[in-house]
Amino acid sequence: MGMTITEKILAAHCGKDEVKPGELIMASCDFILANDITAPIGIKEFEKLGVSKVWDKDRIALIPDHFTPNKDIQSAMQVQMVRNFARKMNITHYYEVGEVGIEHALLPEQGLVLPGDLVIGADSHTCTYGALGAFSTGVGSTDFACAMATGKAWFKVPETIRIILHGKLKKWVTGKDIILKIIGDIGVDGALYMAMEYTGDGVSALSMDDRFTIANMAIEAGAKNGIFPPDDKTIEYVKDAMKSGKRKDNYTIYQSDPDASYLKTLEYELDKIEPQVALPHLPENTKPVSELDDIEIDQVVIGSCTNGRISDLRIAAEIFRGRKVKKGVRALIFPATQKVYLDALREGIIETFIEAGCAVAPPTCGPCLGGHLGILAKGERAISTTNRNFVGRMGHKESEVYLASPAVAAASAITGRITSPYEIVKS
Amino acid sequence: MTEDNRLIFEGQAHKYGDNVDTDVIIPARYLTTPDPEELAKHCMEDIDKDFVKKVKKGDFIVAGENFGCGSSREHAPIAIKAAGISCVIASSFARIFYRNAINIGLPILESKEASQEINDSDELKIDLVRGIISNKTTGKSYKATPFPEFMQDIINAGGLINYTREKLL
Repeated sequence: MGMTITEKILAAHCGKDEVKPGELIMASCDFILANDITAPIGIKEFEKLGVSKVWDKDRIALIPDHFTPNKDIQSAMQVQMVRNFARKMNITHYYEVGEVGIEHALLPEQGLVLPGDLVIGADSHTCTYGALGAFSTGVGSTDFACAMATGKAWFKVPETIRIILHGKLKKWVTGKDIILKIIGDIGVDGALYMAMEYTGDGVSALSMDDRFTIANMAIEAGAKNGIFPPDDKTIEYVKDAMKSGKRKDNYTIYQSDPDASYLKTLEYELDKIEPQVALPHLPENTKPVSELDDIEIDQVVIGSCTNGRISDLRIAAEIFRGRKVKKGVRALIFPATQKVYLDALREGIIETFIEAGCAVAPPTCGPCLGGHLGILAKGERAISTTNRNFVGRMGHKESEVYLASPAVAAASAITGRITSPYEIVKS
Repeated sequence: MTEDNRLIFEGQAHKYGDNVDTDVIIPARYLTTPDPEELAKHCMEDIDKDFVKKVKKGDFIVAGENFGCGSSREHAPIAIKAAGISCVIASSFARIFYRNAINIGLPILESKEASQEINDSDELKIDLVRGIISNKTTGKSYKATPFPEFMQDIINAGGLINYTREKLL
């Protein structure tokens, strides 16, 4: 029996020729990470292990991106603790504000995570790197702590759901709409403990940024990982990212065998997918934007590890160009990394945003988790390109979050109600 | 086996529905500290503002499917444990919460039947070693899904830190 790409990567990292779903393995990691919320607990736990050195100072990233630039004294103290630890352990990939970006946009961009890698991160959206053909998954601080000491983590080999994509997306429909549609179909536990593997001719038409968005939200279906087979676009992206010289080793390309076994298969015609919106308070509450009644909004957030990359900002700018944010609506833009910010600046995108009446903030996870820079008051409603719309996620427990693509979010900023991009740009 | 795992717990059930996420277990606005006691003060407050007041040491959370979905924050099982909850019983657990709970030594048991039939405020007795959930209010008993041997080893060691120290270092 053949193996899936997920099974092959896991087998290669535990020294076996073959692994099967359900098998428990202790595997070696290629790269591990934590952020300013999860690292402090990880460091405290690491210190209980009684080891004096980390497993590999070049394969650990400590990324202060959640409450940074530091929002208050307590969060500043947490970052200080992480910084001090990084200095003491001589951690290569600790990034200070000014070079830091949202971890799951920053690491691929800087060539720190590569195809064929096994990556764990103390952040649930670590599954993002599956876009590169890596096995990557979110864990907690204690798993991170132990991996910092040993380079190892335990896994149950997941079963795989195969998702076959056919054809091409229509204008204004993006990776975000694909993943929201899938989560709407299978539910927030529809892929619990499983791998979501994307395949089919539709994959080759998707940009890397779309693939990152889709892999990113595997966790919102309960999955262990989302994964794309590497192709020419992947290799082109990775070769460019590796120019940073931050990883000295090479990558490995794995592909699923034709006779690999899948728990089930879903198929989607991409040209049939409409722009989607997930209504409060679960990412599975999705509807095509065209089916929604008038829903007025107070705030728009464009950014995050899901949708803060350059293609996301380009799409939003296309809609904002020559238009204005509706009076009374707050539109906030968060480029995911310094590079994304600079590219957007050079392309005139930042100017477009400011002329439209958007506020452009530094790279941070801030508003996505109700951390800082855009908290919602009681009764307020936001449309956001982020990944979760749980009760209280972006602020007051009586506020509401609607999830959508950058195109829908930008269109909604202009009208002040949740709006289809087709209504704004008629062509 | 450590003493923790041998304990038999008695207390009251606090019942919740499906998809209880880590944002309601401990909202991100409180994640500016790793201190368990501080985190425990705000446990579940966005879906049940009286949770902290009504939980007595040894009580249980009983919930539906996909308990602990969302973020990887270990602050969630830490807050639950520090709030005095001795064990979480659910139909199913989200995977990161599941491993976090095992890694930090918060007992969890999976049982669809128990989760569906136990009512809020029922008096329960739990034998963690055998995985038996007894509802003293209704007289019914349930057997929870047993853990694979490998995970039981981590539980028996008292969590992943002890396991790693004993087996991997």
